[in-house]
Amino acid sequence: MTNKNVTRRGVLKSGAVAGSGLALPTIFTASSAAAFTNEPTGSSVTLGFNVPQTGPYAEEGNDELLAQQLAVEHLNGEGDGGCLNTFSSKALKGNGILGKKVEFVTGDTQTKSDAARASAKSMIEKDGAVMINGGSSSGVAVAVQGLCQEAGVIFMAGLTHANDTTGKDKKANGFRHFFNAYMSGAALAPVLAAEMGKERRAYHLTADYNWGWTQEESIVASTEALGWETVNTVKTPLASTDFSSYIAPVLNSGADVLVLNHYGGNMVNSLTNAIQFGLLDKVANGKDFKIVVPLYSELMAAGAGENIKGVLGSMNWNWQLQDEGTKAFVKSFGEKYGKPPSNSAQTCYAQVLLYADAVERAGTFNPCGVVEALEDFEFDGLGNGPTWYRGADHQCFKDVLVVRGNENPTNAYDTLEIVEITPRAQVEYDPEHPMFAGGELGKCNPGA
Amino acid sequence: MLGLNKKDTSLLIVVALLTLFAPFILNPFPEGSAMAQFNAGYPDLMQRFVIFGIFAIGFNILFGLTGYLSFGHAAFLGVGSYSAVWMFKLLSYNVIPAIALSVVVAGLFSLLIGFVSLRRSGIYFSILTLAFAQMSFALAYSVLSNPKFNLTNGETGLQVYADDPQILQGANSPDLPHLFGLPMRATYTMDVGAWSFDFNAGYYLCAVIMMVVFYLAIRIFRSPFGMMLRAVKSNQQRMNYTGLNSKPYTLAAFVISGMYAGLAGGLMAAMDPLAGAERMQWTASGEVVLMTILGGTGTLIGPVLGAGFIKYFENIFSKINDNVLHSWFAFLPDGMEDAVVFLIHPFIGKGWHLTLGILFMLVVIYLPGGLVEGGQRLLKRLKRKKTDADDAPSGKTEPAE
Repeated sequence: MTNKNVTRRGVLKSGAVAGSGLALPTIFTASSAAAFTNEPTGSSVTLGFNVPQTGPYAEEGNDELLAQQLAVEHLNGEGDGGCLNTFSSKALKGNGILGKKVEFVTGDTQTKSDAARASAKSMIEKDGAVMINGGSSSGVAVAVQGLCQEAGVIFMAGLTHANDTTGKDKKANGFRHFFNAYMSGAALAPVLAAEMGKERRAYHLTADYNWGWTQEESIVASTEALGWETVNTVKTPLASTDFSSYIAPVLNSGADVLVLNHYGGNMVNSLTNAIQFGLLDKVANGKDFKIVVPLYSELMAAGAGENIKGVLGSMNWNWQLQDEGTKAFVKSFGEKYGKPPSNSAQTCYAQVLLYADAVERAGTFNPCGVVEALEDFEFDGLGNGPTWYRGADHQCFKDVLVVRGNENPTNAYDTLEIVEITPRAQVEYDPEHPMFAGGELGKCNPGA
Repeated sequence: MLGLNKKDTSLLIVVALLTLFAPFILNPFPEGSAMAQFNAGYPDLMQRFVIFGIFAIGFNILFGLTGYLSFGHAAFLGVGSYSAVWMFKLLSYNVIPAIALSVVVAGLFSLLIGFVSLRRSGIYFSILTLAFAQMSFALAYSVLSNPKFNLTNGETGLQVYADDPQILQGANSPDLPHLFGLPMRATYTMDVGAWSFDFNAGYYLCAVIMMVVFYLAIRIFRSPFGMMLRAVKSNQQRMNYTGLNSKPYTLAAFVISGMYAGLAGGLMAAMDPLAGAERMQWTASGEVVLMTILGGTGTLIGPVLGAGFIKYFENIFSKINDNVLHSWFAFLPDGMEDAVVFLIHPFIGKGWHLTLGILFMLVVIYLPGGLVEGGQRLLKRLKRKKTDADDAPSGKTEPAE
């Protein structure tokens, strides 16, 4: 079956093949002439929109995509201009970016780090994208941010709430407009104290992965600072769909507040289970039992339906805000798509405009110029009032909303009501705060 | 040549030429043209083609030869990736130790899982491997990533940080995976008229490794050992009754295919230094089963074709959106254009799974031997046309490879 004859001709042939194989890598030593990765040379520039179009966060992703398309329209001078009219920086004129028409490519992150990196890579390597925007998970954000740093393009994160994105995993080429777990804790704590008193005993159910831990850590720290006591913290597997076995022990634990550090489908299920167990009707330690969901989104609220009535949580932004930027954005989004935007959509929209504006002010698409223009940039008119992109960790600081499930919603979209707008000063923290320490921003990388 | 018969040698040469000239073959359309959407010749996807090719070749050694259907092969891929990234973190960014360790660790891990799972066969074996893989996924996703003992970094994925030891990292060596100073990311772009072709160092490293392991697979297929494995597939009971213990053979096949998977995982980490837990999820294990069946189970080249096919769909079709469709059909009258886009919409972009599913069904129903059978039928038809006058077909069934 095998043939072991070694002929002179055979040796020569295989030697030649091996030789050319070894010599091949030398052709890579030639350096390219471009000053930075994907320098746009034609009359257009390509942005990459990397959002989950399949998987558990597909709905959030599609909302983000709609907002990004709207942003591109506004940049190219189509539509009503949206927030370009209210944005405090007037560098953008509605003629594209630096006079180049804005085009975009889309990709599906599938809410998996690997798939997200693959689609981001194809946008950078194949389509020549100079910026990647979007996403709906901290794991994906951290993974894609690392990739963009290596490849030398700018990453404008979408919905990512874990402290690590601008904490231990921060990167010079990455920017986050969304708020984070620490800010949720800082904004929620005073409202919780006002509504529930300072002598409460909290029980945490936490999604057992990175984001869940950082959120639990943040909420425990800020509520304990108020005088609350933490009875227990229990990790639940991410894939769980039935939380009854985790809810039952809460009743006998002596706790009177349940904190659900869950997101998406997890949160909808755990909240529903908690309501079915009648937790909200119980009286513990002489006080009414309460439930808190630190991170809310419109889509989760819609999923949980009746159950969220009266439950407190925090948000980055809500379409019911009354500032000029919000009104302009909600108006053009509503007119085009017939529904109000979600807070992840707003973040992605703002990020695209912020990037375009930074390029315009820097006068170049070079990532290092963009980083310089965005660092410590103060602006207003994109929603949430005056906002600051801090240079030390590339985190945005703005007002944070505390919201409550609406008791009497009048339509399908006002499921949440705004309880308080926590001022920016109250959620600011030192870049070297222990929950964020350990990372290094590094230097901006223009690639090439 | 190299101890192969004439047919296998020509197959090896064809595969070598295809991988060597892949940058040309996969970029047939000029840059900037409407068809450029279908170009697949960019470094990341080319790397994926060969890496998943390696994964599927290894899987086929187990599934194609012994008939044991493992639903947990992604676990070995993931273990390989994690070991490679740990090598980057501890030693240096040189890919050689990383790839070597990933193969060794995946081999040991598959020895353990294989030893337990191979006590059963058929569906029980599949379920056991699936259970082990899901267990590994859960371990990697949350259990082994708690702040006190962080082996996998959980959802975020294991990556290299600036404060990692990297004891062998030289002062001047590049700060990303490299082969003795040649970065895996290095790409030389050749512009020929309107076309542009990318030659990527990482791709060629993967391609050379794939050639080696493909050659190894041919030798295994043609060896007495391979014959034993086929015997296990056709009738294991009879083998046992003749007094032959088949367990060492199946275990060896399992470990070999586990090492192939580990190699693929190590290469993935070498091309892109991040290891995520999703790599171990059951969907990833299912994917390699699909690749093998789609390409042609038990054939040599089939799994590679299947891997290429699925990765092409995942990366090219998922990126076609409505805007692209509108630009294609812009020549149609307005109402017609919208109608056509509306009809195609469910099958592109996020609907790529649907297209892939339909194609998979068609292949399984009409071409049970996979893409390889399709190719053979095509060839036969062409041949028959030529030799119609000479003689009737032999009527003999030829082995699939």
